[in-house]
Amino acid sequence: MRLYAAVAVSTFRRYTTYRVATAAGVFTNTVFGFILAYTYIALWEQREGLGGYDLPEALTYVWMGQALLMTMAMMGGGFEDELIERIRTGDVAVDLYRPADLQLWWLASDLGRAAFHILGRGVLPMLAGALAFELAVPRDPLVWAATLGAVLLGVVVSFAIRYLVVLSAFWLLDGQGVSQIVALAGMFFSGMLLPLTVFPGLLGTVAQALPWASALQIPADVFLGKYPGAELAGAYAFQGGWALALLAAGRALQSVATRKVVVQGG
Amino acid sequence: MAEAAGVRTERPGRGPAGAPADPTGPGDRGAEPWRWVTGLRAYGLIVAMWVRSAMAYRVSFVLTALGNFSVTALDFVAILLMFAHVDALGGYTLPEIAFLYGTSGVAFGLADLALGSMDRLGRRVRDGTLDTMLVRPAPMLAQVAADRFALRRVGRVAQGLLVLIWALAALDVDWTPVKLVLLPVMLLSGGVIFTAVFVAGGAFQFWAQDASQVQNSFTYGGATLLQYPPTVFARDLVRGVTFVVPLAFVNWLPALHILGREDPLGLPGWVDFLPPVVALVCCALAGLVWRAGLRSYRSTGS
Repeated sequence: MRLYAAVAVSTFRRYTTYRVATAAGVFTNTVFGFILAYTYIALWEQREGLGGYDLPEALTYVWMGQALLMTMAMMGGGFEDELIERIRTGDVAVDLYRPADLQLWWLASDLGRAAFHILGRGVLPMLAGALAFELAVPRDPLVWAATLGAVLLGVVVSFAIRYLVVLSAFWLLDGQGVSQIVALAGMFFSGMLLPLTVFPGLLGTVAQALPWASALQIPADVFLGKYPGAELAGAYAFQGGWALALLAAGRALQSVATRKVVVQGG
Repeated sequence: MAEAAGVRTERPGRGPAGAPADPTGPGDRGAEPWRWVTGLRAYGLIVAMWVRSAMAYRVSFVLTALGNFSVTALDFVAILLMFAHVDALGGYTLPEIAFLYGTSGVAFGLADLALGSMDRLGRRVRDGTLDTMLVRPAPMLAQVAADRFALRRVGRVAQGLLVLIWALAALDVDWTPVKLVLLPVMLLSGGVIFTAVFVAGGAFQFWAQDASQVQNSFTYGGATLLQYPPTVFARDLVRGVTFVVPLAFVNWLPALHILGREDPLGLPGWVDFLPPVVALVCCALAGLVWRAGLRSYRSTGS
Protein backbone atom coordinates (compact mmCIF):
# COMPACT_ATOMS: atom_id res chain seq x y z
CA MET A 1 0.00 0.00 0.00
CA ARG A 2 2.87 2.34 0.87
CA LEU A 3 4.39 1.59 -2.50
CA TYR A 4 1.26 2.73 -4.34
CA ALA A 5 1.01 5.84 -2.19
CA ALA A 6 4.61 6.63 -3.13
CA VAL A 7 3.80 6.14 -6.82
CA ALA A 8 0.84 8.52 -6.53
CA VAL A 9 2.88 11.14 -4.71
CA SER A 10 5.76 11.01 -7.16
CA THR A 11 3.42 11.33 -10.16
CA PHE A 12 1.82 14.32 -8.48
CA ARG A 13 5.24 15.88 -8.02
CA ARG A 14 6.24 15.08 -11.56
CA TYR A 15 3.28 17.07 -12.90
CA THR A 16 4.06 20.04 -10.65
CA THR A 17 7.28 20.56 -12.64
CA TYR A 18 5.46 21.86 -15.71
CA ARG A 19 4.39 25.22 -14.31
CA VAL A 20 4.22 27.26 -17.51
CA ALA A 21 2.26 24.51 -19.25
CA THR A 22 -0.17 24.45 -16.33
CA ALA A 23 -0.67 28.22 -16.47
CA ALA A 24 -1.24 28.01 -20.23
CA GLY A 25 -3.74 25.23 -19.69
CA VAL A 26 -5.65 27.23 -17.10
CA PHE A 27 -5.88 30.08 -19.58
CA THR A 28 -7.26 27.77 -22.29
CA ASN A 29 -9.78 26.16 -19.93
CA THR A 30 -10.98 29.62 -18.93
CA VAL A 31 -11.37 30.79 -22.53
CA PHE A 32 -13.37 27.69 -23.46
CA GLY A 33 -15.40 28.08 -20.28
CA PHE A 34 -16.39 31.59 -21.34
CA ILE A 35 -17.36 30.52 -24.87
CA LEU A 36 -19.48 27.63 -23.60
CA ALA A 37 -21.01 29.74 -20.84
CA TYR A 38 -22.33 32.30 -23.34
CA THR A 39 -23.87 29.62 -25.56
CA TYR A 40 -25.50 28.08 -22.49
CA ILE A 41 -26.89 31.49 -21.50
CA ALA A 42 -28.43 31.84 -24.97
CA LEU A 43 -29.91 28.35 -24.69
CA TRP A 44 -31.23 28.64 -21.14
CA GLU A 45 -32.70 32.10 -21.75
CA GLN A 46 -34.89 30.47 -24.38
CA ARG A 47 -35.71 27.40 -22.35
CA GLU A 48 -35.56 28.10 -18.63
CA GLY A 49 -35.21 24.87 -16.68
CA LEU A 50 -33.86 22.82 -19.57
CA GLY A 51 -32.51 19.48 -18.39
CA GLY A 52 -33.69 20.28 -14.86
CA TYR A 53 -31.22 23.16 -14.40
CA ASP A 54 -31.85 26.84 -13.95
CA LEU A 55 -29.36 29.26 -15.51
CA PRO A 56 -26.90 29.52 -12.56
CA GLU A 57 -26.91 25.73 -12.32
CA ALA A 58 -26.27 25.34 -16.05
CA LEU A 59 -23.35 27.79 -15.81
CA THR A 60 -21.97 25.92 -12.80
CA TYR A 61 -22.14 22.81 -14.96
CA VAL A 62 -20.03 24.52 -17.64
CA TRP A 63 -17.29 25.46 -15.21
CA MET A 64 -17.38 22.06 -13.52
CA GLY A 65 -16.76 20.64 -16.99
CA GLN A 66 -13.72 22.85 -17.50
CA ALA A 67 -12.44 22.06 -14.01
CA LEU A 68 -12.78 18.31 -14.54
CA LEU A 69 -11.70 18.12 -18.20
CA MET A 70 -8.06 17.41 -17.37
CA THR A 71 -8.77 15.68 -14.06
CA MET A 72 -10.80 13.04 -15.87
CA ALA A 73 -8.33 13.07 -18.80
CA MET A 74 -11.33 13.06 -21.11
CA MET A 75 -9.28 13.94 -24.15
CA GLY A 76 -6.48 11.57 -23.17
CA GLY A 77 -3.19 12.89 -21.88
CA GLY A 78 -2.99 10.70 -18.80
CA PHE A 79 -0.72 7.68 -18.44
CA GLU A 80 -1.84 6.10 -21.73
CA ASP A 81 0.90 7.29 -24.09
CA GLU A 82 3.61 6.21 -21.68
CA LEU A 83 2.28 2.71 -21.10
CA ILE A 84 1.42 2.16 -24.79
CA GLU A 85 5.00 3.08 -25.62
CA ARG A 86 6.27 0.60 -23.03
CA ILE A 87 4.09 -2.10 -24.54
CA ARG A 88 5.26 -1.26 -28.05
CA THR A 89 8.94 -1.31 -27.14
CA GLY A 90 8.63 -4.36 -24.91
CA ASP A 91 9.67 -2.48 -21.75
CA VAL A 92 6.41 -3.69 -20.24
CA ALA A 93 8.12 -7.05 -19.71
CA VAL A 94 10.26 -5.38 -17.04
CA ASP A 95 7.14 -3.92 -15.43
CA LEU A 96 5.53 -7.36 -15.32
CA TYR A 97 8.53 -8.74 -13.43
CA ARG A 98 8.27 -6.13 -10.71
CA PRO A 99 6.81 -7.14 -7.36
CA ALA A 100 3.91 -4.74 -7.92
CA ASP A 101 0.59 -5.11 -9.66
CA LEU A 102 0.61 -3.45 -13.09
CA GLN A 103 -2.97 -2.18 -12.94
CA LEU A 104 -2.71 -0.88 -9.37
CA TRP A 105 0.62 0.77 -10.13
CA TRP A 106 -0.85 2.80 -12.96
CA LEU A 107 -4.07 3.46 -11.05
CA ALA A 108 -2.00 4.97 -8.25
CA SER A 109 -0.05 7.01 -10.77
CA ASP A 110 -3.26 8.23 -12.43
CA LEU A 111 -4.76 9.22 -9.07
CA GLY A 112 -1.64 11.29 -8.38
CA ARG A 113 -2.03 12.98 -11.77
CA ALA A 114 -5.73 13.63 -11.19
CA ALA A 115 -5.00 15.14 -7.77
CA PHE A 116 -2.58 17.54 -9.40
CA HIS A 117 -4.95 18.41 -12.22
CA ILE A 118 -7.89 19.19 -9.96
CA LEU A 119 -5.72 21.59 -7.97
CA GLY A 120 -3.64 22.97 -10.83
CA ARG A 121 -6.16 23.00 -13.66
CA GLY A 122 -9.50 22.86 -11.86
CA VAL A 123 -9.52 25.50 -9.13
CA LEU A 124 -8.53 28.60 -11.10
CA PRO A 125 -10.95 28.22 -14.06
CA MET A 126 -13.75 27.56 -11.56
CA LEU A 127 -12.77 30.70 -9.68
CA ALA A 128 -12.70 32.73 -12.89
CA GLY A 129 -16.15 31.42 -13.75
CA ALA A 130 -17.48 32.27 -10.30
CA LEU A 131 -16.15 35.82 -10.63
CA ALA A 132 -17.63 36.44 -14.08
CA PHE A 133 -20.99 34.67 -13.77
CA GLU A 134 -23.57 33.96 -11.12
CA LEU A 135 -23.00 30.32 -10.21
CA ALA A 136 -24.95 27.95 -8.00
CA VAL A 137 -22.13 27.13 -5.58
CA PRO A 138 -23.23 24.99 -2.61
CA ARG A 139 -22.77 26.40 0.89
CA ASP A 140 -22.98 23.07 2.70
CA PRO A 141 -19.45 21.66 3.27
CA LEU A 142 -20.94 18.16 3.18
CA VAL A 143 -21.92 18.71 -0.47
CA TRP A 144 -18.32 19.65 -1.26
CA ALA A 145 -17.12 16.49 0.46
CA ALA A 146 -19.69 14.41 -1.40
CA THR A 147 -18.53 15.98 -4.69
CA LEU A 148 -14.94 15.07 -3.93
CA GLY A 149 -16.05 11.46 -3.44
CA ALA A 150 -17.89 11.48 -6.78
CA VAL A 151 -14.85 12.99 -8.51
CA LEU A 152 -12.61 10.30 -7.03
CA LEU A 153 -14.92 7.52 -8.22
CA GLY A 154 -15.15 9.25 -11.60
CA VAL A 155 -11.37 9.24 -11.98
CA VAL A 156 -11.28 5.51 -11.18
CA VAL A 157 -13.94 4.80 -13.85
CA SER A 158 -12.09 6.99 -16.34
CA PHE A 159 -8.85 5.18 -15.50
CA ALA A 160 -10.46 1.76 -15.93
CA ILE A 161 -11.71 2.71 -19.42
CA ARG A 162 -8.33 4.10 -20.46
CA TYR A 163 -6.57 1.04 -19.07
CA LEU A 164 -8.64 -1.14 -21.42
CA VAL A 165 -7.65 1.17 -24.29
CA VAL A 166 -3.99 0.81 -23.41
CA LEU A 167 -4.22 -2.98 -23.28
CA SER A 168 -5.42 -2.99 -26.89
CA ALA A 169 -1.84 -2.04 -27.75
CA PHE A 170 -0.79 -5.61 -26.93
CA TRP A 171 -2.58 -6.61 -30.12
CA LEU A 172 -2.50 -3.47 -32.24
CA LEU A 173 0.92 -2.08 -31.14
CA ASP A 174 -0.32 1.37 -32.16
CA GLY A 175 -3.03 2.51 -29.79
CA GLN A 176 -3.74 5.81 -31.54
CA GLY A 177 -6.89 4.82 -33.39
CA VAL A 178 -8.56 3.21 -30.38
CA SER A 179 -7.48 6.07 -28.11
CA GLN A 180 -9.02 8.59 -30.48
CA ILE A 181 -12.34 6.78 -30.73
CA VAL A 182 -12.61 6.31 -26.96
CA ALA A 183 -11.65 9.96 -26.36
CA LEU A 184 -14.44 11.00 -28.73
CA ALA A 185 -16.97 8.81 -26.93
CA GLY A 186 -15.69 10.19 -23.64
CA MET A 187 -16.14 13.81 -24.71
CA PHE A 188 -19.65 13.18 -25.93
CA PHE A 189 -21.04 10.76 -23.35
CA SER A 190 -19.50 12.37 -20.28
CA GLY A 191 -21.66 15.42 -20.95
CA MET A 192 -18.73 17.68 -21.76
CA LEU A 193 -20.43 19.24 -24.80
CA LEU A 194 -23.94 19.36 -23.38
CA PRO A 195 -25.40 17.94 -20.14
CA LEU A 196 -26.68 14.39 -20.65
CA THR A 197 -30.00 15.44 -19.11
CA VAL A 198 -30.50 17.69 -22.16
CA PHE A 199 -30.03 14.81 -24.61
CA PRO A 200 -33.47 14.01 -26.01
CA GLY A 201 -35.37 10.72 -25.55
CA LEU A 202 -33.64 7.38 -25.80
CA LEU A 203 -30.23 8.93 -26.45
CA GLY A 204 -30.45 10.66 -23.08
CA THR A 205 -31.48 7.49 -21.28
CA VAL A 206 -28.68 5.46 -22.84
CA ALA A 207 -26.07 8.19 -22.29
CA GLN A 208 -26.92 8.43 -18.61
CA ALA A 209 -26.49 4.67 -18.16
CA LEU A 210 -23.03 4.50 -19.78
CA PRO A 211 -19.87 4.59 -17.64
CA TRP A 212 -18.80 8.01 -18.98
CA ALA A 213 -21.65 9.64 -17.05
CA SER A 214 -19.46 9.05 -13.98
CA ALA A 215 -16.85 11.48 -15.26
CA LEU A 216 -18.81 14.72 -15.38
CA GLN A 217 -22.60 14.36 -15.22
CA ILE A 218 -22.69 12.69 -11.80
CA PRO A 219 -19.98 14.78 -10.06
CA ALA A 220 -21.64 17.95 -11.40
CA ASP A 221 -25.09 16.80 -10.25
CA VAL A 222 -23.72 15.93 -6.80
CA PHE A 223 -22.17 19.40 -6.65
CA LEU A 224 -25.49 20.96 -7.64
CA GLY A 225 -27.26 19.05 -4.87
CA LYS A 226 -29.33 16.84 -7.17
CA TYR A 227 -28.58 13.80 -5.00
CA PRO A 228 -29.78 14.77 -1.52
CA GLY A 229 -29.39 12.42 1.45
CA ALA A 230 -29.68 8.72 0.66
CA GLU A 231 -29.84 9.29 -3.10
CA LEU A 232 -26.12 9.98 -2.96
CA ALA A 233 -25.59 6.28 -2.22
CA GLY A 234 -27.32 5.48 -5.50
CA ALA A 235 -24.98 7.79 -7.44
CA TYR A 236 -21.94 6.31 -5.72
CA ALA A 237 -23.24 2.80 -6.39
CA PHE A 238 -23.56 3.58 -10.10
CA GLN A 239 -20.01 4.91 -10.27
CA GLY A 240 -18.59 2.19 -8.02
CA GLY A 241 -20.36 -0.53 -9.99
CA TRP A 242 -18.91 0.66 -13.28
CA ALA A 243 -15.49 1.11 -11.68
CA LEU A 244 -15.44 -2.47 -10.37
CA ALA A 245 -16.80 -3.97 -13.58
CA LEU A 246 -14.33 -2.12 -15.79
CA LEU A 247 -11.36 -2.76 -13.50
CA ALA A 248 -12.26 -6.46 -13.48
CA ALA A 249 -12.50 -6.43 -17.27
CA GLY A 250 -9.07 -4.80 -17.34
CA ARG A 251 -7.61 -7.54 -15.16
CA ALA A 252 -9.16 -10.28 -17.31
CA LEU A 253 -7.88 -8.70 -20.50
CA GLN A 254 -4.47 -8.17 -18.93
CA SER A 255 -4.09 -11.84 -18.06
CA VAL A 256 -4.95 -12.76 -21.65
CA ALA A 257 -2.53 -10.16 -22.96
CA THR A 258 0.40 -11.12 -20.76
CA ARG A 259 0.00 -14.76 -21.70
CA LYS A 260 0.59 -13.90 -25.33
CA VAL A 261 3.24 -11.23 -24.77
CA VAL A 262 6.37 -11.83 -26.78
CA VAL A 263 9.19 -9.49 -25.97
CA GLN A 264 10.78 -8.12 -29.09
CA GLY A 265 14.41 -7.36 -29.43
CA GLY A 266 17.61 -9.27 -28.85
CA MET B 1 4.42 -3.59 -45.05
CA ALA B 2 4.84 -4.15 -48.77
CA GLU B 3 3.72 -0.58 -49.36
CA ALA B 4 6.24 0.70 -46.88
CA ALA B 5 8.96 -1.13 -48.73
CA GLY B 6 7.68 0.36 -51.96
CA VAL B 7 8.15 3.86 -50.64
CA ARG B 8 11.66 3.10 -49.57
CA THR B 9 12.71 1.82 -52.98
CA GLU B 10 11.19 4.88 -54.55
CA ARG B 11 13.18 7.31 -52.47
CA PRO B 12 16.61 7.05 -54.16
CA GLY B 13 14.93 7.80 -57.48
CA ARG B 14 13.23 10.95 -56.21
CA GLY B 15 16.14 12.18 -54.17
CA PRO B 16 18.30 13.63 -56.95
CA ALA B 17 15.27 15.30 -58.49
CA GLY B 18 14.72 17.24 -55.26
CA ALA B 19 18.37 18.02 -54.71
CA PRO B 20 18.90 20.83 -57.27
CA ALA B 21 16.47 22.97 -55.29
CA ASP B 22 18.93 23.37 -52.48
CA PRO B 23 21.63 25.58 -54.07
CA THR B 24 19.04 28.27 -54.76
CA GLY B 25 18.20 28.24 -51.05
CA PRO B 26 19.70 30.58 -48.50
CA GLY B 27 22.59 31.87 -50.59
CA ASP B 28 20.98 34.81 -52.36
CA ARG B 29 19.45 36.58 -49.42
CA GLY B 30 19.01 39.88 -51.23
CA ALA B 31 16.41 38.78 -53.78
CA GLU B 32 13.14 39.06 -51.84
CA PRO B 33 10.78 37.37 -54.33
CA TRP B 34 13.04 34.34 -54.57
CA ARG B 35 12.84 33.74 -50.86
CA TRP B 36 9.11 33.29 -51.21
CA VAL B 37 9.57 30.82 -54.02
CA THR B 38 12.22 28.76 -52.23
CA GLY B 39 10.15 28.86 -49.06
CA LEU B 40 7.05 27.57 -50.79
CA ARG B 41 9.11 25.02 -52.66
CA ALA B 42 10.71 23.73 -49.49
CA TYR B 43 7.28 23.63 -47.86
CA GLY B 44 5.91 21.64 -50.80
CA LEU B 45 8.78 19.15 -50.73
CA ILE B 46 8.49 18.51 -46.98
CA VAL B 47 4.71 18.22 -47.25
CA ALA B 48 5.04 15.71 -50.09
CA MET B 49 7.40 13.68 -47.97
CA TRP B 50 4.99 13.50 -45.04
CA VAL B 51 2.08 12.66 -47.33
CA ARG B 52 4.03 9.78 -48.86
CA SER B 53 4.99 8.51 -45.42
CA ALA B 54 1.34 8.69 -44.26
CA MET B 55 0.23 6.82 -47.38
CA ALA B 56 2.49 3.91 -46.42
CA TYR B 57 -0.15 3.07 -43.79
CA ARG B 58 -3.32 3.58 -45.76
CA VAL B 59 -5.76 2.01 -43.30
CA SER B 60 -4.38 4.08 -40.46
CA PHE B 61 -4.65 7.18 -42.64
CA VAL B 62 -8.29 6.54 -43.52
CA LEU B 63 -9.17 5.81 -39.89
CA THR B 64 -7.48 8.91 -38.51
CA ALA B 65 -9.00 11.10 -41.24
CA LEU B 66 -12.42 9.73 -40.29
CA GLY B 67 -11.53 10.39 -36.67
CA ASN B 68 -10.72 14.02 -37.46
CA PHE B 69 -13.99 14.26 -39.34
CA SER B 70 -15.94 12.90 -36.36
CA VAL B 71 -14.24 15.08 -33.72
CA THR B 72 -15.61 18.21 -35.32
CA ALA B 73 -18.85 16.53 -36.35
CA LEU B 74 -19.63 16.00 -32.66
CA ASP B 75 -19.58 19.77 -32.16
CA PHE B 76 -22.30 20.03 -34.75
CA VAL B 77 -24.23 17.20 -33.14
CA ALA B 78 -24.19 19.23 -29.92
CA ILE B 79 -25.68 22.18 -31.84
CA LEU B 80 -28.34 19.89 -33.32
CA LEU B 81 -29.16 18.64 -29.82
CA MET B 82 -29.58 22.24 -28.69
CA PHE B 83 -31.98 22.84 -31.54
CA ALA B 84 -34.01 19.84 -30.43
CA HIS B 85 -35.17 22.18 -27.65
CA VAL B 86 -35.21 25.63 -29.26
CA ASP B 87 -36.04 27.18 -32.63
CA ALA B 88 -33.42 29.89 -32.51
CA LEU B 89 -30.21 30.60 -30.61
CA GLY B 90 -29.27 34.24 -30.11
CA GLY B 91 -31.97 35.05 -32.68
CA TYR B 92 -30.43 32.82 -35.35
CA THR B 93 -32.06 29.77 -36.91
CA LEU B 94 -30.36 26.41 -37.37
CA PRO B 95 -29.44 26.93 -41.06
CA GLU B 96 -27.96 30.33 -40.21
CA ILE B 97 -25.84 28.88 -37.42
CA ALA B 98 -24.88 26.00 -39.72
CA PHE B 99 -23.67 28.64 -42.19
CA LEU B 100 -21.49 30.24 -39.50
CA TYR B 101 -20.36 26.80 -38.38
CA GLY B 102 -19.46 25.72 -41.92
CA THR B 103 -17.56 28.89 -42.81
CA SER B 104 -15.64 28.83 -39.52
CA GLY B 105 -14.94 25.11 -39.96
CA VAL B 106 -13.63 25.43 -43.52
CA ALA B 107 -11.48 28.51 -42.80
CA PHE B 108 -9.99 26.99 -39.67
CA GLY B 109 -9.65 23.57 -41.32
CA LEU B 110 -7.59 25.03 -44.16
CA ALA B 111 -5.20 26.76 -41.75
CA ASP B 112 -5.04 23.68 -39.53
CA LEU B 113 -4.21 21.53 -42.55
CA ALA B 114 -1.54 23.93 -43.80
CA LEU B 115 0.33 24.40 -40.53
CA GLY B 116 -1.47 22.68 -37.70
CA SER B 117 1.71 21.16 -36.29
CA MET B 118 2.91 24.56 -35.18
CA ASP B 119 2.36 23.60 -31.54
CA ARG B 120 5.23 21.12 -31.84
CA LEU B 121 7.67 24.01 -32.06
CA GLY B 122 7.83 24.34 -28.27
CA ARG B 123 8.82 20.70 -27.96
CA ARG B 124 11.52 21.15 -30.59
CA VAL B 125 12.90 24.14 -28.68
CA ARG B 126 12.92 22.10 -25.49
CA ASP B 127 14.62 18.98 -26.83
CA GLY B 128 17.03 20.88 -29.05
CA THR B 129 15.93 19.39 -32.40
CA LEU B 130 15.20 22.90 -33.67
CA ASP B 131 18.94 23.37 -34.17
CA THR B 132 18.90 20.73 -36.90
CA MET B 133 16.37 22.82 -38.78
CA LEU B 134 18.43 25.98 -38.43
CA VAL B 135 21.34 24.49 -40.35
CA ARG B 136 19.17 23.17 -43.17
CA PRO B 137 19.19 25.19 -46.40
CA ALA B 138 15.50 26.10 -46.29
CA PRO B 139 13.56 28.91 -44.60
CA MET B 140 12.74 28.15 -41.01
CA LEU B 141 9.05 29.01 -41.24
CA ALA B 142 8.56 26.64 -44.17
CA GLN B 143 10.22 23.83 -42.26
CA VAL B 144 8.30 24.36 -39.04
CA ALA B 145 5.01 24.81 -40.90
CA ALA B 146 5.45 21.60 -42.86
CA ASP B 147 6.80 19.64 -39.91
CA ARG B 148 4.73 16.47 -39.47
CA PHE B 149 2.22 17.68 -42.04
CA ALA B 150 -0.92 15.63 -41.45
CA LEU B 151 -3.08 15.08 -44.51
CA ARG B 152 -5.67 13.43 -42.24
CA ARG B 153 -6.71 16.96 -41.27
CA VAL B 154 -8.67 17.19 -44.54
CA GLY B 155 -11.29 15.39 -42.45
CA ARG B 156 -11.96 18.65 -40.64
CA VAL B 157 -12.21 20.66 -43.87
CA ALA B 158 -14.55 18.08 -45.37
CA GLN B 159 -16.82 18.19 -42.33
CA GLY B 160 -17.03 21.98 -42.38
CA LEU B 161 -17.69 21.93 -46.11
CA LEU B 162 -20.53 19.42 -45.76
CA VAL B 163 -22.27 21.53 -43.13
CA LEU B 164 -21.72 24.63 -45.26
CA ILE B 165 -23.27 22.98 -48.31
CA TRP B 166 -26.26 21.85 -46.25
CA ALA B 167 -26.63 25.37 -44.85
CA LEU B 168 -26.52 26.92 -48.32
CA ALA B 169 -29.21 24.52 -49.50
CA ALA B 170 -31.41 25.18 -46.47
CA LEU B 171 -30.96 28.95 -46.42
CA ASP B 172 -33.00 31.33 -48.48
CA VAL B 173 -30.23 33.81 -49.30
CA ASP B 174 -30.94 36.76 -51.55
CA TRP B 175 -27.89 36.12 -53.76
CA THR B 176 -26.25 39.04 -55.57
CA PRO B 177 -22.99 38.92 -57.59
CA VAL B 178 -21.22 40.67 -54.71
CA LYS B 179 -22.35 38.04 -52.21
CA LEU B 180 -21.32 35.24 -54.59
CA VAL B 181 -17.78 36.64 -54.73
CA LEU B 182 -17.70 37.40 -51.01
CA LEU B 183 -18.27 33.76 -50.02
CA PRO B 184 -15.04 32.22 -51.43
CA VAL B 185 -13.08 35.38 -50.56
CA MET B 186 -14.30 35.05 -46.98
CA LEU B 187 -13.27 31.39 -46.74
CA LEU B 188 -9.77 32.06 -48.10
CA SER B 189 -9.19 35.21 -46.06
CA GLY B 190 -10.45 33.40 -42.99
CA GLY B 191 -7.98 30.61 -43.60
CA VAL B 192 -5.18 33.15 -43.94
CA ILE B 193 -6.20 34.96 -40.73
CA PHE B 194 -6.12 31.68 -38.80
CA THR B 195 -2.78 30.87 -40.45
CA ALA B 196 -1.38 34.15 -39.12
CA VAL B 197 -2.67 33.26 -35.65
CA PHE B 198 -0.90 29.89 -35.90
CA VAL B 199 2.37 31.59 -36.91
CA ALA B 200 2.14 34.16 -34.12
CA GLY B 201 1.31 31.38 -31.67
CA GLY B 202 4.31 29.42 -32.92
CA ALA B 203 6.58 32.43 -32.48
CA PHE B 204 5.31 32.85 -28.91
CA GLN B 205 6.71 29.40 -28.13
CA PHE B 206 10.25 30.65 -28.70
CA TRP B 207 9.80 32.56 -25.44
CA ALA B 208 7.42 30.26 -23.55
CA GLN B 209 8.22 26.76 -24.69
CA ASP B 210 5.59 24.95 -22.67
CA ALA B 211 2.80 27.36 -23.49
CA SER B 212 1.55 25.82 -26.74
CA GLN B 213 -1.83 25.54 -25.00
CA VAL B 214 -2.27 29.32 -25.12
CA GLN B 215 -2.28 29.10 -28.89
CA ASN B 216 -5.14 26.60 -28.71
CA SER B 217 -7.31 29.24 -27.01
CA PHE B 218 -7.09 31.42 -30.08
CA THR B 219 -7.13 28.73 -32.76
CA TYR B 220 -9.47 25.99 -31.54
CA GLY B 221 -11.18 28.39 -29.17
CA GLY B 222 -11.59 30.98 -31.91
CA ALA B 223 -13.00 28.41 -34.33
CA THR B 224 -15.53 27.33 -31.69
CA LEU B 225 -16.46 30.92 -30.92
CA LEU B 226 -17.15 31.71 -34.57
CA GLN B 227 -19.55 28.77 -34.89
CA TYR B 228 -22.08 30.74 -32.88
CA PRO B 229 -23.61 34.11 -33.81
CA PRO B 230 -22.07 37.22 -32.21
CA THR B 231 -25.39 38.05 -30.55
CA VAL B 232 -24.78 35.14 -28.18
CA PHE B 233 -21.66 36.71 -26.67
CA ALA B 234 -21.04 39.68 -24.44
CA ARG B 235 -20.42 42.87 -26.38
CA ASP B 236 -16.92 43.32 -24.97
CA LEU B 237 -15.94 39.86 -26.16
CA VAL B 238 -17.23 40.67 -29.65
CA ARG B 239 -15.24 43.93 -29.58
CA GLY B 240 -12.17 42.00 -28.53
CA VAL B 241 -12.33 39.57 -31.45
CA THR B 242 -13.06 42.43 -33.84
CA PHE B 243 -10.37 44.92 -32.89
CA VAL B 244 -7.73 43.00 -30.89
CA VAL B 245 -7.53 39.49 -32.37
CA PRO B 246 -9.50 40.14 -35.56
CA LEU B 247 -11.24 36.77 -35.73
CA ALA B 248 -14.56 38.46 -36.44
CA PHE B 249 -13.32 39.03 -40.00
CA VAL B 250 -12.96 35.27 -40.55
CA ASN B 251 -16.70 34.84 -40.88
CA TRP B 252 -18.86 36.96 -38.59
CA LEU B 253 -18.79 40.27 -40.47
CA PRO B 254 -18.87 38.92 -44.06
CA ALA B 255 -21.30 36.15 -43.14
CA LEU B 256 -23.71 38.61 -41.55
CA HIS B 257 -23.60 40.57 -44.79
CA ILE B 258 -24.47 37.47 -46.81
CA LEU B 259 -27.24 36.54 -44.38
CA GLY B 260 -28.54 40.13 -44.50
CA ARG B 261 -28.15 40.61 -40.75
CA GLU B 262 -27.18 43.66 -38.71
CA ASP B 263 -23.90 43.25 -36.88
CA PRO B 264 -24.29 43.87 -33.14
CA LEU B 265 -21.49 46.46 -33.03
CA GLY B 266 -23.18 48.56 -35.72
CA LEU B 267 -20.01 48.98 -37.80
CA PRO B 268 -20.27 50.71 -41.21
CA GLY B 269 -21.20 48.46 -44.13
CA TRP B 270 -17.87 48.57 -45.96
CA VAL B 271 -16.20 46.82 -43.01
CA ASP B 272 -17.86 43.59 -44.19
CA PHE B 273 -15.57 43.60 -47.23
CA LEU B 274 -12.34 44.05 -45.27
CA PRO B 275 -11.38 40.39 -44.65
CA PRO B 276 -8.70 40.23 -47.39
CA VAL B 277 -7.11 43.44 -46.10
CA VAL B 278 -7.24 42.23 -42.51
CA ALA B 279 -5.75 38.92 -43.61
CA LEU B 280 -2.80 40.69 -45.24
CA VAL B 281 -2.18 42.91 -42.22
CA CYS B 282 -2.35 39.86 -39.95
CA CYS B 283 0.21 38.07 -42.11
CA ALA B 284 2.58 41.02 -41.98
CA LEU B 285 2.27 41.28 -38.19
CA ALA B 286 2.67 37.53 -37.74
CA GLY B 287 5.77 37.66 -39.93
CA LEU B 288 7.29 40.37 -37.74
CA VAL B 289 6.51 38.45 -34.56
CA TRP B 290 7.97 35.31 -36.10
CA ARG B 291 11.22 37.06 -36.98
CA ALA B 292 11.50 38.57 -33.52
CA GLY B 293 10.88 35.15 -32.00
CA LEU B 294 13.38 33.39 -34.19
CA ARG B 295 16.00 36.02 -33.44
CA SER B 296 15.57 35.66 -29.71
CA TYR B 297 15.94 31.87 -29.93
CA ARG B 298 18.76 30.41 -27.88
CA SER B 299 19.51 26.75 -28.16
CA THR B 300 19.10 24.67 -25.03
CA GLY B 301 22.45 23.16 -25.87
CA SER B 302 21.45 19.71 -24.73
